[in-house]
Amino acid sequence: MTASTVPTSLPQTAPGLLVRGLTTTFDTSRGVAIAAADVDFDVAPGEVVGLVGESGSGKSVTLRSIMRLIREPGKVTGRVEWGGRDLVAMPAEELRRVRGGEIAMIFQEPMTALNPVLPIGAQIEENLVAHTDLNRRQRRERALELMNIVGIPAPERRLDEYPHQFSGGMRQRAMIAIALACSPKLLLADEPTTALDVTIQDQILKLLLDLRDRMAMSVVLVTHDLGVVAATCDRMAVMYAGRIVETGTVADVFACPNHPYTRGLLGSVPRSGQSRTMLQSIDGTPPNLTDLPDGCAFHPRCSFATEICLKQRPPLDLVGTDGRRAACHHHERVAAAEPIL
Amino acid sequence: MNGHIPILSVNGVYKRFSGPYSLLRRFKSEPQLAVHALTNVTLDVERGETLGIVGESGCGKSTLARCLVRLHEADEGVVRFDGQDISNLSGGARRAFNRRVQMIFQDPYGSLNPRMTVSQVLSEALSVHKMRPKPEIPGRIAELLDLVRLPADAAGRYPHEFSGGQRQRIGIARALAVEPEVIVADELVSALDVSVQAQVVNLLLQLQEKLHLTVVFVAHDLRLVRHISHRVAVMYLGQVMEISPSEALFSAPRHPYSKALLEAAPELDPAHKNRNVALRGELPSPLDLPPGCPFAGRCPHVFDRCRVERPVLTPRGPGQMAACHLTDFGAPGASSDQLPTGH
Ligand SMILES: Nc1ncnc2c1ncn2[C@@H]1O[C@H](COP(=O)(O)OP(=O)(O)OP(=O)(O)O)[C@@H](O)[C@H]1O
Ligand SMILES: Nc1ncnc2c1ncn2[C@@H]1O[C@H](COP(=O)(O)OP(=O)(O)OP(=O)(O)O)[C@@H](O)[C@H]1O
Ligand code: SF4
Ligand SMILES: [Mg+2]
Ligand SMILES: [Mg+2]
Repeated sequence: MTASTVPTSLPQTAPGLLVRGLTTTFDTSRGVAIAAADVDFDVAPGEVVGLVGESGSGKSVTLRSIMRLIREPGKVTGRVEWGGRDLVAMPAEELRRVRGGEIAMIFQEPMTALNPVLPIGAQIEENLVAHTDLNRRQRRERALELMNIVGIPAPERRLDEYPHQFSGGMRQRAMIAIALACSPKLLLADEPTTALDVTIQDQILKLLLDLRDRMAMSVVLVTHDLGVVAATCDRMAVMYAGRIVETGTVADVFACPNHPYTRGLLGSVPRSGQSRTMLQSIDGTPPNLTDLPDGCAFHPRCSFATEICLKQRPPLDLVGTDGRRAACHHHERVAAAEPIL
Repeated sequence: MNGHIPILSVNGVYKRFSGPYSLLRRFKSEPQLAVHALTNVTLDVERGETLGIVGESGCGKSTLARCLVRLHEADEGVVRFDGQDISNLSGGARRAFNRRVQMIFQDPYGSLNPRMTVSQVLSEALSVHKMRPKPEIPGRIAELLDLVRLPADAAGRYPHEFSGGQRQRIGIARALAVEPEVIVADELVSALDVSVQAQVVNLLLQLQEKLHLTVVFVAHDLRLVRHISHRVAVMYLGQVMEISPSEALFSAPRHPYSKALLEAAPELDPAHKNRNVALRGELPSPLDLPPGCPFAGRCPHVFDRCRVERPVLTPRGPGQMAACHLTDFGAPGASSDQLPTGH
């Protein structure tokens, strides 16, 4: 996929999402924290892209920056193109129409994102009022339809209930129903299943995939669970200390990681048939964002590091076909290293 | 049984908590509802093994863990340590039990006093149980820090100065200070990032080997539990549905719930994408337990008997037990076509 798609008036042939040089900083008492740095990635129509990385690596900040939901003292620069328009430069009024309409977001904590004093049905309505011309009866019908789609039983009754009357899984479904109200073309989902039990996670991920198929929706799925990535995503981007360090198709990245951090992550996950053996942990902990190491931010934890890694930051270079990129001076050596499996 | 005594044994344990008591119920003078956290739980923990306990949120894992270390008293049934009913222990015997069986909690922050340095935390544990004469304490602290691979200068620092994984290691060091025989770890690594999880898991495996520890490992991450456990108990709604050697459970589960749970866990292999939902429906409320099998409402193989008679754990393959009326479920050679399906 490239940025040079032939311009057309039909929105369904829009080129998808294009993120270039997205950088988000926060002024903190300890100095400037670079929470997202030079983030580049693309999402094609109908594609599910997984954004993975450890806690604090900048996944949520990246999603929020795309939606321009970063508040002062946070600063966002870079370019986010959606259907050929730049979201970062877009006037607030126009952005409001896009947000919740063409682009919807599911937040990490449904309880803080849902309005506690408004019944679920009314929250779906709000969205429909803002983004559609449906009349009252049609909105009610659409709300019921959405509750059915996301698998909330007894939707007639549930529409009039409040978030606190829902279980964790049901709340997450309600969030998805609200997000889907206007049939978005892009869904930004921040850890939509992390707080849920595996059987409920399984239901919700499969629901997202069905919706993607049915509505040709693009999805950015933030998670720290590599199993979730393997099971649901087409492509993935791995973040470390605010930067994307590796991207590619899920199959390629899993088969042969080109970045030592990706390799470490994959090695940290227990695999079948190797019970009670030592896992390949990554020593140390992620760096402080206000005081990043020079050169490659991963070098203090990296077993491949050499002199150059301490001085020069490796760019996110093309290392293969299918948009395969890695930011490591020694990506060839990493790719050639003994397989983890 | 051939006369050997398991290090811990749980027999017919029930634990109930008082549930919400709504005004309406009070008004209608209906009795207060009870949360059935554990219902007739029976299992043994063998010396030197790691027993994993898995199941979804609210199924009673933490309650069981707390009953094992006597942070909860069972309402019915007995928990035995080395053959002795722990509810009868008092005085010196109780103190010895408190030392020999240690619990490590999920939240390392909440369980460490923020105003105590690591060295104070450890010396407290050492002196409560009179593990070492005073002059030897600093040396022992250094040993413990080395054991859990924390730098020696960690001793003078406070909990907030450490990362999550390091705090979890302080928790482990504190538990090990008193030289226990059993460690009950409740969601030990759940809050940690995978790379740090792996560090702590490796440490636990090494320590177990070195110190011949028995470990009860409570977690909801199936992959992790499979990795470190010799045997695994699968719980649902306060009951043990299956208890089997780890590899047997993961390769041929003998209970429909174990099977569904394993299928729901995403596979790590992108080539094995599966679009079928493993299990529909949600966990029922622990407030009113169904009379029959607790899983009947979600089980794809449910039949009439399941709704009226509660199945108990009975033997299956070698070392395998399951609580299901379909005694052939998952048996090698038994065809799943012969199982009843549909509601
Ligand atoms: N409003 C803010 N002010 C200052 N720093 C912030 C702010 N929001 C986020 N950060 C910092 O930015 C970094 C990235 O945070 P982010 O929430 O994106 O992490 P994440 O990858 O989503 O982690 P998690 O997996 O824990 O959700 C963190 O170090 C965080 O402390
Ligand atoms: N002190 C208590 N008072 C009342 N109810 C309780 C208490 N402790 C636990 N429960 C209830 O008992 C049931 C079992 O809880 P428990 O904490 O053992 O579950 P768990 O399997 O550890 O869940 P999780 O995976 O969420 O930690 C739940 O329904 C819980 O709400
Ligand atoms: S650039 Fe150097 S330090 Fe960074 S990941 Fe590659 S080898 Fe390691
Ligand atoms: Mg986040
Ligand atoms: Mg628990």
